[in-house]
Amino acid sequence: MSAVLLVLSSFLASAVEMVEALTIVLAAGLTRGWRSALTGVAAATLTLAVIVAVLGPALTLIPLNALRLVVGALLLVFGLQWLRKAILRASGFKALHDEDAIFAQELRDAETAPRDERAGLDWYGFTLSFKGVLLEGLEVAFIVLTFGSTQGSIPLAAAGAVAAVVLVALVGVLARAPLARVPENTMKFAVGIMLTTFGIFWSAEGAGADWPGGDAAILGVLAFVILWSATLVALLRARRARVAIA
Amino acid sequence: MNAVASFGRFWWNFIVGDDWLAAAGVAVALGVTAALETWWVLPLAVAIVLAGSLYRAIPHS
Repeated sequence: MSAVLLVLSSFLASAVEMVEALTIVLAAGLTRGWRSALTGVAAATLTLAVIVAVLGPALTLIPLNALRLVVGALLLVFGLQWLRKAILRASGFKALHDEDAIFAQELRDAETAPRDERAGLDWYGFTLSFKGVLLEGLEVAFIVLTFGSTQGSIPLAAAGAVAAVVLVALVGVLARAPLARVPENTMKFAVGIMLTTFGIFWSAEGAGADWPGGDAAILGVLAFVILWSATLVALLRARRARVAIA
Repeated sequence: MNAVASFGRFWWNFIVGDDWLAAAGVAVALGVTAALETWWVLPLAVAIVLAGSLYRAIPHS
């Protein structure tokens, strides 16, 4: 069961990050030329591959309990960030992520930026694309490495991420438009719940606690995080409605 | 020194974000979990930390 959750979490997190990266690459490619944009994608992908190749084997050398404590704590803090934003979005206290609006803004910025040729590439297009893929990809690399190493299977976590990258890239090539219809906000909510669940489970284990029922307890933690998040969304929605009436 | 500070700031923002109190709450809860070697402290602490973090994030007027 935890293997399924591992692949699913990795897939969902990678998919939402890649949808965001695709929006930036499309804006760079359409306005500054595809050669510079795609070179930026290739350079960022190579950098991410080096990070995973160097850090992946290093993480497997750390004793499992210490790894679970540190990685679990990092995942928990990181997951709470995702969950907090998702709950604020779901309750209307924060604007929903809108790929169409972000794409329009990126296009405007890219169209007005001055042209600067370096190494035969449009530098703005290259750096826009490079930074977009690297920054969004870094979150994917972080999740793949932490989930994979703690669960003892970086390849399994990487498989989920690669499947998402290939799927988003294929749909992006076919659509040639930002993937605004992807339920990005719901997916982000799901990722926040998964990160928080795994973070609670692993960091408590790493700190020396024994979960009742062993690994099966992860489903109980998952149910608890979902129920508490739904309760907080309901409470915040009610508060927002009260403020709107007053 | 600027590069080191920027590098540190990037990772701080990446992991901790804009609510360091939530990260501190998790650290304290993990300390208590390690001291008592019991599982229920962390879910309870996360529920409180998340609610507190949301309370700080919404407008109060």
